[in-house]
Order: sequence, then structure tokens, then C-alpha cells
Amino acid sequence: MIRRLIPHPLLSIVLALVWLGLVNTVTLGNLLLGAFLGLVVPMFTAPYWPNRPKLRRPLVAARYILIVLWDIIVANVQIAWIILFKRNADFRSHWINIPLELHSPEAITVLAGTITMTPGTVSAMLSADGRSILVHCLHTEDPDHERDRIKQRYEQLLKEVFA
Amino acid sequence: MPALTEALISLLIVLGGVFGLVGSFGLIKLRDTMQRLHGPTKATTLGIGCVLIASMLYFIAVKGSVSFHELLITLFLFLTAPITANSIAKTYIIRNVGKKELPATGRRHGWSVYEDPPGAPESQPSPDVRAEA
Repeated sequence: MIRRLIPHPLLSIVLALVWLGLVNTVTLGNLLLGAFLGLVVPMFTAPYWPNRPKLRRPLVAARYILIVLWDIIVANVQIAWIILFKRNADFRSHWINIPLELHSPEAITVLAGTITMTPGTVSAMLSADGRSILVHCLHTEDPDHERDRIKQRYEQLLKEVFA
Repeated sequence: MPALTEALISLLIVLGGVFGLVGSFGLIKLRDTMQRLHGPTKATTLGIGCVLIASMLYFIAVKGSVSFHELLITLFLFLTAPITANSIAKTYIIRNVGKKELPATGRRHGWSVYEDPPGAPESQPSPDVRAEA
């Protein structure tokens, strides 16, 4: 019964919080409206999310978010430095093929987003069977090292989170 | 408002402006579309982040109320920026990059721009892809 009513508890909470953030004031009315949205939207969208993965390790997820936030700050400074002080002729841009061990579309989406937001890499597309991701690297001397870094730093953690 | 808070907020705003400027400068300076994608997806993220933190600090210090809009803007930005970049990259690949210029996937199926997913009904490749092949 509970599962029918609240098919996706995390989504419900996020929706309620986003609603409160949008109206920017916490009153009883807003709280009720937020809770209402949190109940109704997941109920109607549940059919569009067959076999969605469960978030099994919230602590690992939190750690992942912190690591990514830190990497984004570092990435910004690095890219700013490269843009300002590196001569265009010195750029060594590469396409990198990263074989994926992740299976669920949600996990791959998170990984692709992370790759785009972090140092020197933009994810471009997947292979037709969804088991490889194509990444563009702005500047690297060693594409293999870059591939291993992404696999170790992000994919390992995501495998635990979406296990 | 205490001078220290004021200084901190000003510093964050200036820093945000600098990062935004560098990201935009990258659009002019870098050579091809894929390289230019790196500017707006990264340098500007931190620029906007700085401005948003400054805005939150301002509302806490001056208005005495916490504002949640900035957190939402951050959330939406993190959701949309990679997807935009991905769409631009894919479009660029379809129009300008041939199959042979990309590294092989190392498995039976090639990249999704050139091949249908396994199990999909047979379909005609789009004109652009045919021209590349």
C-alpha cells in the first residue's frame, strides 16, 4: 500500500524541497502544497521509470557529491589557466574511449554529467550498445592515464552507489 | 552590514565576473567547436557559483533571511549544462567528424551516431551519416 502511494520516496522529498525553494518561504500552506506535489507527481510518472535503480549507499553518494564539487572548483581554475596562458599550438586534444562497467542508464547519465563538469573533459556520446562512452579531452599528454583516472575516481564510486 | 561581509561579497562577485569573462574569452580563443565546449561547461560554472554564493551571503547578512533560489539555480545548472554540452558535441560529430577519426569502441557495436542500437528495427541511416561513410 505504501509502495503504491509513494513509489519513489526520494523523488517525493526532492520535489517538496524544490517547491519550498521556489516559493522561498516556509509556511504551512506551502508545506502542504509541496507535500501534495511530492505525492502526486511520482504517482503519475512512475510508469515512465521501469526498473529504476535503488540508491543503496547514501553515504557513498554524499562522498561522491563532495568529491565532484571539489573537482569542479579545481577544474575551473585549471581550465581558466589553460585558456589564458597556453598557446593554441600547444594543445593536445584527444578523443578517448572509456569502456563502461556501469549498466543502469541513470548511473551512466550521472557519470556523463560528471565527466563534462570536471577537469578538461567533455562526454560526447555512447556506443550503440551503451557500453562505451566517448570523451573529448581538451589537453592531455597521456590519454590512457586520463581514462584510468575517470574510471578509478568516479566510476568505482558510482558502482558502489548504484550497486 | 559589517565591512568584512561587504568585502567578502564584493570579492565573490568580482571573482565570479573574472571566471565568466575567462570562459567567454575561451570561446574566442580556442580553435574548434569541441575545444570551445570546455569553456562554458567549466569556467562559467564556477563564475555563476561565486555570484550565487555572494547573493546568498547578501540575503543572510542584509535582509536577515535565507534565500533558497540560489541553491535551485545551482541544481538546475548542474542538470542542464552537461546535457547542452552533450547535444552540441553530438551535433558537431554528426556534421563534421568521420567514423575513422574517432577511436574504436573496442567491441562489436560502434558509436551510436553511426550505428543503431542492437535490437532496433532496421532503418535508413540519415543523409549526413551516409555522406561520411
